Amino acid sequence: MSIVSEPIAENAARGRKNRRKRSGRNGGLHSGDGRMALYLLGPTMIMLALIVGYPVLNAIYKSFLTDPGLDDSTGLFNEGNDWNGTANYAHWILQRCNAVGGGTESCPAGNLGSQFWDSVWVTLGFTVVTVIIEVIIGMLFALMMHQAFRGRSLVRVAVLIPWAVPTAVIAKLWVVIFDPQGVLNNVLGTSFAWTSEAGPARMAIVIADVWKTTPFIALLILAGLQGISSEVYESAKVDGANAWQRFWRITLPLVKPALAVAVIFRALDVLRMYDLPWVLTQGSNGTQTISILVVKELASKLNSAAALSTITFVLIFAIALALVRLFNANIVDRGTR
Amino acid sequence: MRGKGAAALAGVLSSVLVLSACGGGSDSDSAGETNTGRGPFTFVTGKDLSGIMPFVAEEWNKAHPDEQVTIKQQSDAADQQLSDLQQHFQAKDPDYDVVTVDVVWTAEFAAKGWIVPLKGDLAIDQGTLIPATVEAATYNGTQYAAPYDSDGGLLYYRTDLVKEAPKTWEELITSCEGKTTSGTITGSKPGCYAGQLASYEGLTVNASEAINAAGGTIVSEDGKSAAVDSAQAASGLDFLVNGFKDGYIPKEALGFKETESLNAFAAGDLMYLRNWPYAYAQLSGDSKVKGKFGVAPLPGPEGGGASTLGGHSAAISAYSKNQASALDFLKFLQSEEIQRNSLVKGAKAPVIASLYDDAELNEEFGYLATLKESISTAVPRPVTPFYPAVTQAIQTNAYAALQGKSSTADALKDMAASINSAAAGG
Repeated sequence: MSIVSEPIAENAARGRKNRRKRSGRNGGLHSGDGRMALYLLGPTMIMLALIVGYPVLNAIYKSFLTDPGLDDSTGLFNEGNDWNGTANYAHWILQRCNAVGGGTESCPAGNLGSQFWDSVWVTLGFTVVTVIIEVIIGMLFALMMHQAFRGRSLVRVAVLIPWAVPTAVIAKLWVVIFDPQGVLNNVLGTSFAWTSEAGPARMAIVIADVWKTTPFIALLILAGLQGISSEVYESAKVDGANAWQRFWRITLPLVKPALAVAVIFRALDVLRMYDLPWVLTQGSNGTQTISILVVKELASKLNSAAALSTITFVLIFAIALALVRLFNANIVDRGTR
Repeated sequence: MRGKGAAALAGVLSSVLVLSACGGGSDSDSAGETNTGRGPFTFVTGKDLSGIMPFVAEEWNKAHPDEQVTIKQQSDAADQQLSDLQQHFQAKDPDYDVVTVDVVWTAEFAAKGWIVPLKGDLAIDQGTLIPATVEAATYNGTQYAAPYDSDGGLLYYRTDLVKEAPKTWEELITSCEGKTTSGTITGSKPGCYAGQLASYEGLTVNASEAINAAGGTIVSEDGKSAAVDSAQAASGLDFLVNGFKDGYIPKEALGFKETESLNAFAAGDLMYLRNWPYAYAQLSGDSKVKGKFGVAPLPGPEGGGASTLGGHSAAISAYSKNQASALDFLKFLQSEEIQRNSLVKGAKAPVIASLYDDAELNEEFGYLATLKESISTAVPRPVTPFYPAVTQAIQTNAYAALQGKSSTADALKDMAASINSAAAGG
């Protein structure tokens, strides 16, 4: 892992510079080069257009259509797919539901529409809390693994294991641990219904998620650490910097690019989290993420679910873009200074 | 540079959306078209965990060499079976001739025009069946599917703690006094009562049972408008709500599904448990309560509760080319030979009423007589084409009431409102 991600971070930085340099002389390429590039990239582009482009555009289109409704005279469903304007979006964002006898009303509790904002806040909450905890613990792990000591490779493997096991399997494991008659209550001597109340249920999901994905962050940070030359530390020592200053002034700034990649990846992961809360709580007790809401809606209304996943898409896109710009600004500043 | 970054991000993120594009368009235009074709066909059913399908295929194929059946097994999870069926029906797949339909899917499949009504050429005589099972396979007064196994709730009780099973809720609560702990399962005493009360399909089953037992109904006859905001429904739901308030249902039950509740009873942590017949074999095997438990029909407010009906039916796809063969296969699934074998080999509850009185079978399956009582008084879950939204409405609001987050009256009002809005298209 470390071998792979280290060059990636460097290449990314190098790539940015190269692209700038190249941009001025694109016209200088031989036309044969261009055709060759087209042949090489073509298949990939077509594949992407088919498996990514088409579904995305189709889903966005469908999100503006009606879902099948019941024809009262026959008792059968009509086809739906009529133009519905932004009603599907209003259903989620403004929580408008169709009322009996036409018109709309505020969505009653128990309708999935009324659960949209709760799900958004729950998802954002999970993202902020888990990413912060994971970065702190991941940093500690990385610093530890970076030291030379006996059995270091053993520690590295041990840290990696949770990350290597599929989430659904891990989630089942935590179900056993958090069961009222389960491991955790036996160890603590309590009889706590972990997954039946909002607070503990959320805590359970944060604990399970942190346990699983901290290794990922730790390894990315470790890759960053290994790219820092020991000479920098030595000269800092000579200048009289103490351990804290060395961490704060040297390690942290230099490891930032790797850290940025880790944070962005994790944030995107948590924002679309589905499997862990689904297995642990089925989204009950204040743990319903947006992805769970999408899948629940999908059971009966495809087009409305398409609207919700488009909203999710835009939301995640905006957050990702904000994170990229935030970190990028720093990385670029430092690189050009 | 920024534009490229954004494009790359779009690529990564769009996997979020891919999910929603898998469904394809829905269709209902070819409803009612039937044919009398004969030939080989496919029976699509959930994973055969009890190992009864080889016998079915063997017996059928022996008698029908020109109309061989191929059995296609799906996943063992109901929601995956459902989405598999939905996708194949939307694609008008002619290879899904006969499909297994869970009781709660019947109305949706019928209203979408995916399965054909069993009338006219495809009529089927259901005289020997338990009426409740046929009722659950009926939509708008027409039968759409042929029930071939059934399921009903039973009350498991500890014979070392009570001599006789309680007939009413009152008796159940009184019999627990002094013998059980209150609130949570701690110490040496068991909790009093539990069912499947986590927020999932099982809660719809348990809440419907309580509401139906008290004389309430959830959806009115037309399958669309809610009827749940009534005094009877409130008194029914209160049996569960007060359980948590007064402590006769342990708090842990808010996380109980079938397995968790069964484990608690098997460990001796419960005095009463509501569960399906499958629990019987497990409790009689390796459990702490082996030989110390009995089964009884579910209690109600004044004796005689109302079980929710479970089970499966077989239905003929509207896109099948061999519907006459398929119809014969439906009748074959309901035949006494198959029903008996499914019970003996797979412990599947039969749909033929007379099998429950069979002395030999009763000896082997101690719960059979009780189960018959449970199934024949069973009430189907709401037969509505909007079932996914209706069950959400029931689960969410019943759970809020159980947790004390909303009063019983408010929960039922919201339940009714969201059932109505589901029928109006959400």
